[in-house]
Amino acid sequence: MPREKLTRLAGAVFSFFPLFLTAAIFFVLLLKAFPLLIFKSLPALIFSSAWQPVKGQFGLWPFILGTLWVTITAFILAVPVSVLTSLYISEYAPEGFKKIFQPILDLLAGLPSVIYGMWGVLLIIPFVSKYLAPVFKTYSSGYSILAAGIVLAVMILPTIINVSVEVLNSVPLDLKEAALSLGATRFEVWRYVVLKKASPGIVAACVLGLSRAFGETIAVLMVVGNVPEIPRSPFSPAYPLPALLANNYGEMMSIPGYESALNLAAFLLLLIVLSFSLLARWYLTKISRRSG
Amino acid sequence: MKDKATGNPELNLRRRKAVESFFKVLMFVSTTAVVLSLVLILVSILWKSLPALKLSMITKTPGSGYYLGKEGGILNAIIGSLELTLGATLIALLIALPVVIYLNTYLGKHSFLAETIRFSLDVLWGIPSIVYGAFGFLLMLFFQLRASLLAGMITVALVELPILSRAMDETIQLVPTELKEATYSLGANHWQTTTRVVLRQAFPGLVTAILIAVGRGLGDAASVLFTAGYTDRITTSWLQPVATLPLAIFFQLNSPFPEVQQRAYASAAVLTWLLLLISLIIRSLSRKFSRNKIR
Repeated sequence: MPREKLTRLAGAVFSFFPLFLTAAIFFVLLLKAFPLLIFKSLPALIFSSAWQPVKGQFGLWPFILGTLWVTITAFILAVPVSVLTSLYISEYAPEGFKKIFQPILDLLAGLPSVIYGMWGVLLIIPFVSKYLAPVFKTYSSGYSILAAGIVLAVMILPTIINVSVEVLNSVPLDLKEAALSLGATRFEVWRYVVLKKASPGIVAACVLGLSRAFGETIAVLMVVGNVPEIPRSPFSPAYPLPALLANNYGEMMSIPGYESALNLAAFLLLLIVLSFSLLARWYLTKISRRSG
Repeated sequence: MKDKATGNPELNLRRRKAVESFFKVLMFVSTTAVVLSLVLILVSILWKSLPALKLSMITKTPGSGYYLGKEGGILNAIIGSLELTLGATLIALLIALPVVIYLNTYLGKHSFLAETIRFSLDVLWGIPSIVYGAFGFLLMLFFQLRASLLAGMITVALVELPILSRAMDETIQLVPTELKEATYSLGANHWQTTTRVVLRQAFPGLVTAILIAVGRGLGDAASVLFTAGYTDRITTSWLQPVATLPLAIFFQLNSPFPEVQQRAYASAAVLTWLLLLISLIIRSLSRKFSRNKIR
């Protein structure tokens, strides 16, 4: 059967493509970052905060800090809301509401980041500069870590909620019924029984959302202000790594070392995002195997 | 439960009930916040787009003074986005389909190779699209291409590949083993079983997977930022730069002229409607096709 053999061979060849692509992305970025690493040590590049490409100074520290600040702000805002929402959906919500809620969540997940960014510019930025900053007795143009955090939080909500609801639904009904029959209220069932079973899964869901937040580019770029300084408060602007790449990557050829510095930034971003998302996935598969 | 029994069962129960209702209120508030944020996003964009939403927006390309607020539309970006996304999805499909078929028919479910390939697809899924954009740009330089439809298509195809493969993989894995075994017992080989039974059974899921990938491709801006370029004309060749809707929105929003900014809102409304349409198609298709499936 020659056709059988042919398809098998073709399939085998194609199947190595994902492996090859993963290796290629890592290798190419590292290779392109290498020329700069010959002149300067990696810690010197990462922990220096002087960013003056024209003078040959490529300190990435403000950008790394900016990424961390924005992502952590989004994480703090998104986690309580999404955990409480997924709890409501899985334990309390009537069937009819679930049927409306799922399409809403899918829509929210499917909206492109430009739309989120635009929404941030239209509503969140005036909100931060006119209402939030005066409350905390500071001035802010609105283009700030907080604005980026709010936009990003809304963006990662669907990811966290979808995975958490799945995890919560996988907790066996017998366990809940046993606790209810002992006279526990529904909240106590959740607090003492469901959470014990589901907390690793919820943590993994949150980390998955976190890894999405790290790499988000356009929406953050539009609201974060893009100032390469070390941020001082949630109301000050920042310049995360993806925004650095988006703003400069296309025209980096003229200054020596610039290209390598940007490729190093891309490589660092890749490393940060992947370590988080792989951790979450590994954890999730471990749990799903244990329960099923 | 186990904590702080006061000795007075009546009071204790009241306290527990209070905790219960307190958290119920919190949950309700956060669920409302989630729903409200979507409503806010849609309403604010559709509302802001109203003044600029004319038919000429979607039937004309930018005129000479378009970026100063004069006549024209974003037909170039609409056509460009469709060309780019369809091409990219086709490329991604050409790679993903053999991979998924190979994974599910020739490799065992827990074979080392299958697990490694799935793992690498997960890794690819986690890579942010800006990094794909950078990688695509480096590839483009290596092959001495300029920012063009072809370069953009290849980069977006790389972004879509893991999404498409994993979504198709999930649906094919759901095809019951008994069905395949029944086909084998009738003397069919792997190829016949896959094309005549498995792919047909999984068809609705495959269509959904493709539409999900199309949705991602249409909305992605970071990967085409350096690879696709931008143009005011309708792209007719592989090697010309191509305009895309997300970038059209992004550029127009950065304009100092309020008329042009309003058009950014209108462009966003067009993109949102396009994506809404796709998600509606996904929903109705999956309902329609699942009726004809063998259980």
